[in-house]
Amino acid sequence: MGAAMTASTTERGADAVREQPSPPPGRGAGGGGVIELEVTAVDRRIARYAAAAIVLTIAEAAIPSPLPGVKPGLANIVTLIVLWRHGWREAAWVTLLRVLAGSLLVGQFLAPGFFLSLTGAALSLAVLALASRLPRNWFGPVSHSVLAAFAHIAGQLMVVRLWLVPHDGVFHLTPVFAGAALLFGIVNGLIAAKLLEEK
Amino acid sequence: MSRDWLELLRPGDWLVMLAGLVAVAAALPLLWRGGAADLAVVKRDGTVVAELPLTQPRKLDVAGPLGTTVIEVQPGRARVASDPGPRQYCVLQGWLTRPNAIAICAPNHVSLQLSGPRSDGGGYDSLNY
Repeated sequence: MGAAMTASTTERGADAVREQPSPPPGRGAGGGGVIELEVTAVDRRIARYAAAAIVLTIAEAAIPSPLPGVKPGLANIVTLIVLWRHGWREAAWVTLLRVLAGSLLVGQFLAPGFFLSLTGAALSLAVLALASRLPRNWFGPVSHSVLAAFAHIAGQLMVVRLWLVPHDGVFHLTPVFAGAALLFGIVNGLIAAKLLEEK
Repeated sequence: MSRDWLELLRPGDWLVMLAGLVAVAAALPLLWRGGAADLAVVKRDGTVVAELPLTQPRKLDVAGPLGTTVIEVQPGRARVASDPGPRQYCVLQGWLTRPNAIAICAPNHVSLQLSGPRSDGGGYDSLNY
């Protein structure tokens, strides 16, 4: 919770904090009513990555899609990079912040699309928690990406079946979604691997 | 160029991609199988005149105000073989194979609808994606 607050206030607070390098941790200045939140390097990093992911989300929202639900999921490249460099915890923060802020900016907050994103993200993160334990010499970002993409689509299909289209007919589209997951999973994984290599 | 990208792949990545491909291939038949229809329901003036199982070939004559509509059933499919209606829409529809598919010969007050396994599509007239 603390990390969320600091992360989301970073954009506003970063300049103020930079002027006084070591603010008192989380103490409100009584008279002025100014509350300084301690912003750690990790918070800034999360905010920076989340911002990048949000930009990709918005850019992607402009790309027309032949089928609702089939999207490249470019923002997941950021998740993959954070996972590889800084571990699962930070990747989860970046992903969830991206889903929340991205939906607010696109005007989808609490709309069906938001819950689809959230479920997809949650399931991907669950799978990534396991996948990131695989030996790295053998399984690179592409493995992470493909596994997460399949988890993403599985979660979304479940929500669609249970809530939006309560009919088994949605499963007829499984091959289309699975094919897209495989394709975009590989592409995103390769891009993430490339960016990680360049440091 | 393409070699650069291939070098980014680790041995296990190939394995995961292959597994993904197998999963997609395994799911592929879902795209075409709309759930098998197993019953042809023939109605006249909205009341059921016959329920024909789609297991053995059969022909059925239904008398309507204009004349006789002929329903033909074959294993897994059914059609309106002939109809006295002026525009022949229900005949031109050809074979029906999917659950809930329907051919309506309105002028002669006859309809042919396939139904799937119980509850499949119950409560829905149509679904759009």
